[in-house]
Amino acid sequence: MSCFIPRTPIGSAPVARARLQSLLEYDRSLVNHADLLSVLREEIFALIGRHAGIDANKVQFMVVRGSTASTLTVDIEVPFRVAAAPNAFALPASAGG
Amino acid sequence: MGKVIVVASGKGGVGKTTSTAALGAALARGGQRVVVVDFDVGLRNLDLVMGAERRVVFDLTDVVQGTAKLSEALLTDERLDTLYLLPASRTRGKEALTEDGVARAISELRERFDWVICDSPAGIERGAMLAMRFADEAIIVVNPEISSVRDSSRILGLVDTRPLKVETGGRLDRHLLITRFDPVRVAHREMLSVDDVREVLPIPLLGIIPESEEVLRASNLGAPITVCGRESTVSRAYVDAARRIKGDWIEMTVPSKDKGRLTRWLGGRAA
Repeated sequence: MSCFIPRTPIGSAPVARARLQSLLEYDRSLVNHADLLSVLREEIFALIGRHAGIDANKVQFMVVRGSTASTLTVDIEVPFRVAAAPNAFALPASAGG
Repeated sequence: MGKVIVVASGKGGVGKTTSTAALGAALARGGQRVVVVDFDVGLRNLDLVMGAERRVVFDLTDVVQGTAKLSEALLTDERLDTLYLLPASRTRGKEALTEDGVARAISELRERFDWVICDSPAGIERGAMLAMRFADEAIIVVNPEISSVRDSSRILGLVDTRPLKVETGGRLDRHLLITRFDPVRVAHREMLSVDDVREVLPIPLLGIIPESEEVLRASNLGAPITVCGRESTVSRAYVDAARRIKGDWIEMTVPSKDKGRLTRWLGGRAA
């Protein structure tokens, strides 16, 4: 039985073991965060919704997995043009500065 | 009252059906009254491994739906008179199995047998959930291979939460059965070791079944490996595992590169 990947002196089992460990870590983090993500989604949706009518189909939640942390990207289409309300989302910042 | 054991793995092809038949036959050889139940509705393979495929008339779905009595659907093994098979349906889907119906069938089997061994289908869908729903114990079958270990880890999580026994405050006894273990490849570090597998699946070890051609031979012949290949290392490993299920303390050994040599003591049922 030949394999196209050259055999290393240490064997492939340690590679399998390392891959398995990181895989399981990832599986577990998904299980733990599945609820958190849906809670975040609902709360962020409700918060924006209080100020602007938004369409649930035009909200995108995305998690990009990094080695030490993950990035949550929320993309929400708001139903008004920025030109019409230039400071809609800048109010807290201008109030503070 | 008999005990209900689910044999599960998540991944297909790791040896659930072979193990169900082998353990069932080994327990029956020891005089226990055993029924093996095929939950793999739509596929049905346990009858083939047991060599009973030509005698199947009624099945689990008939019993669940009440179109046949349990006594009509149960098949007696031709070699061991305390071993029975309840086959799965090939023609009807798993929707035909209701939870209430399965509960009734299992409770009737529990009355009549010492051991009710449920062969779970692969996956984590309805059929697999029903197979573990009324279990008292679970045997998690795993190959020393990355996808199998991952899937078994998932199944273990379900076994810890889904069965009725867990919902009513109890806990399932869980056993790990490592199959298709190849000591030569492990020695060359080309296969996950027993320790690697147990690190991810930290439950008591029921047995280590070496990879062997005997398994295919038994399947070809239509007899559990513990019946037709009695002298093989595989058969002996299953017989030991069956005795551990009964609660006997049998020394656990990792199959070694030198065939038949015992290398290392690992602890018995309570390991």
